[in-house]
Amino acid sequence: MYELRAVEKKFPGVHALKSVDFKIARGEIVGLVGENGAGKSTLMKVIYGAYQPDGGQILIDGKAVRFANPRQAMEKGIGMVFQEQSLIPNLTVMENIFLGYQEQFTRLGVIDWKAMAAAARKQLAKVKLDIDPRMVTSALSFAQRQLVELAKVLTLEERVEGDLVILLDEPTSVLNKEEVALLFKLVRELTSRASFIFVSHRMDEVMDLSDRIYVMKDGQVMDVLARGQAEAPEIQRKMVGRDIDREYYREQKQVPYDADKVLLELSGVGISGRIEDISLKLHAGEVLCLVGTEGSGREAILRTIFGMVQPAEGEVRIDGAVQPRLTPGSAVARGVGYVPRERKIEGIVSGMNVYENMTLSQLGRYSSWGVLAVGREKALARDWIAKLKIKAHSEYADCGNLSGGNQQKVVLAKWRSGGSRIVLLDHPTRGLDIGAKEDVYDMIREMSADGVGVVLVADTLEEAIGLSHTIVVLKDGAIQHVFDCRPGAKPSLFDLLHHMI
Amino acid sequence: MGGILSRENIIRWAALLVLLALIALFTALNPAFLSQRNLARIAIAAAPAMMVALGVTFVIVMGSIDLSMEGAVSLAAVLFCLLFVKLGGALLPWGWLAVPVIVLFGAFYGMLTGLVHVRLKIPSFMASLAMGFVGTGAAVMITGGEIVRIGDSTFRMLLTWRILGYPLMVYVAIACIFVALFIQKHTVLGRNFYAIGGGEELAHASGVNVRAVRIAGFALAGAFYAIGAIFQVAKLGQAEAATGANFMFVSITSVVVGGVALWGGVGGVWNAVVGVLIVNVIANGMVVIGLPNFLQDGVLGVLVILAVVLATDRRAVAFVK
Ligand SMILES: Nc1ncnc2c1ncn2[C@@H]1O[C@H](COP(=O)(O)OP(=O)(O)OP(=O)(O)O)[C@@H](O)[C@H]1O
Ligand SMILES: [Mg+2]
Repeated sequence: MYELRAVEKKFPGVHALKSVDFKIARGEIVGLVGENGAGKSTLMKVIYGAYQPDGGQILIDGKAVRFANPRQAMEKGIGMVFQEQSLIPNLTVMENIFLGYQEQFTRLGVIDWKAMAAAARKQLAKVKLDIDPRMVTSALSFAQRQLVELAKVLTLEERVEGDLVILLDEPTSVLNKEEVALLFKLVRELTSRASFIFVSHRMDEVMDLSDRIYVMKDGQVMDVLARGQAEAPEIQRKMVGRDIDREYYREQKQVPYDADKVLLELSGVGISGRIEDISLKLHAGEVLCLVGTEGSGREAILRTIFGMVQPAEGEVRIDGAVQPRLTPGSAVARGVGYVPRERKIEGIVSGMNVYENMTLSQLGRYSSWGVLAVGREKALARDWIAKLKIKAHSEYADCGNLSGGNQQKVVLAKWRSGGSRIVLLDHPTRGLDIGAKEDVYDMIREMSADGVGVVLVADTLEEAIGLSHTIVVLKDGAIQHVFDCRPGAKPSLFDLLHHMI
Repeated sequence: MGGILSRENIIRWAALLVLLALIALFTALNPAFLSQRNLARIAIAAAPAMMVALGVTFVIVMGSIDLSMEGAVSLAAVLFCLLFVKLGGALLPWGWLAVPVIVLFGAFYGMLTGLVHVRLKIPSFMASLAMGFVGTGAAVMITGGEIVRIGDSTFRMLLTWRILGYPLMVYVAIACIFVALFIQKHTVLGRNFYAIGGGEELAHASGVNVRAVRIAGFALAGAFYAIGAIFQVAKLGQAEAATGANFMFVSITSVVVGGVALWGGVGGVWNAVVGVLIVNVIANGMVVIGLPNFLQDGVLGVLVILAVVLATDRRAVAFVK
């Protein structure tokens, strides 16, 4: 029904899509996998009209079409749910849902809010989200916003004749297990009305959901597999071009931490409505994992340590010294680094190139008397581009143009190279392919060995168990349980879940 | 991609191409446009505006805006004249001292604007507009509406001493452009301007002291305004409360024509330089081809809009804001 033939896309210095053939049938769910920078997002952008291909054809029901912009693609029933969310935070949910299509509710230029709210409620029901459409979007959780985006795309159903194709670019990367399950259930139900293209770095999810899987590498489609045709390791090998280490989390490299050296201590820290009475210690070489559901206070703790929010009660000590008025500036000066979850606003500056982004938090070390040592900055960037296999044509590449996973690698390099002694990682492997995940796990182990303390909010519980020395389970802003997590004595998934819910 | 005529390259060099096209156009209409004397005239007219545009470029790159230039230039010019006269009225032995003092004063004045903006959390356009009025008001008060003159021939050498047909001022201006380029490319401050303009929250989360950088940006702008004021005094031999008039339109227009994005993070010194030259070439060209006086303002406005259309990548704007 929808088809791409020999589609090409080139960017300066990058051949992002090389003669890609792609097909999707009515009601089908197609998975798209590939390593970071393989061209998945670019392919999606071509499909929904944000990029125009440099060559090849787009066919719908056998007829060649050309989209000059996403709106034209939408009119043909193609909608996109974005990898980095794109709702406008200060508008209400219903305004976001009908953004650009308010005419249906306007009479003489005046919007009938009641009608819009009713229509929005109908859309929200499709994704089983029971919220007031008049709510301001920024008040929603990440997962809820994701569903709102899906609801927004589903408005196409009423608007266009014919079949829908809905694109999901890494929709699950920050959702927890239940949310993912909910989303998948929804997608399966919706196949009666739409086909889906689904990008994810979590192989189990892709295998679970997709009818067919496209494997991409370096801008090419390497293989197309029907459901059950291949096992995860085989697909991964096709993606990355090598075998994946079975000792995924590098447990054998986990060494005991230095129990005498406390880097960071929180005592009785509380922020009203978010966290209460949080006390914990981070030692040199320790990986301490915060585990809990969305809103359990993990993020608030990280932000407190980094000085982005001030605790109402309790105190934060770094190297034994109380920090009464911590700001990000002073936290960085005391050796704290923070890899945030929302890359787009807190991860990289688009418009600045790779080396500028990497040294942003450590300009003091790359300058004397305020004059930059640009040569050393570039050397650093080249070094890390090689070390983490960052796909960028050079250190001059604009970070805004890198693929999602490669942006994440730049952020990691920034804090790792900055010599931070206390590193806060919020979903550090979000959006990374398996190969890159391995690199990150290696990096975390290396940091431990160097005596760096790591506070981690992991992508999955398995990751948390595999990587950490200590697991702190949180629920409703309070510590439920602390697990010692030495190799050989790791808690099970069930142990953790038991305290989480 | 690839090829000299690719979209990317055309966009990067668009402003320069517009400048060259304008020069070609005016030369075709009147060959005297390209005479060395006329080029010198353009350079002299452009020099003070160039300084002001460089200053405001840094602020715009940060994602703020500074509209205080008219008041700042007037006040700095008036104070410069008064101080110069006080110090003996001649460059030697002591009159030269007025130069660094006034540049520092400009920085201080800019810092005040920055403080008002950052500390009182007033949007920069409002804070700077108000500070501009304060400057003009102060200049009126100090001079009582009179004109202050400087007759010292050594100081006026900035205008009168010509090397290869161009006055000294033009060379000093070029030196200042290089200083600005250096600040932009090779200093922590310059880097931080781009970081804040490109992502303020992110700069904050990277430990950049955003408020301090903001204030420093306004102070730096103020210092450049003061240099502009000194050039203007050298050009006219006098200062009054109206010395800074018109600098707002010329400098902001130039910066935009040159391709510095008003939302911050994009463009820089080089764009400002090309922009100032475009605006000055248009202004001068209209005189050279003998356009009647009463038409010039209107035509300048139209040409500026045309230049923006041709020289900047507004396609990207639609996506940004
Ligand atoms: N606008 C752009 N300008 C220049 N290069 C780009 C642009 N967009 C993407 N690229 C490049 O194209 C390649 C493919 O990027 P794409 O975003 O499609 O990767 P991806 O498969 O989605 O990766 P990830 O899993 O990390 O999200 C990358 O090398 C990227 O740097
Ligand atoms: Mg992507």
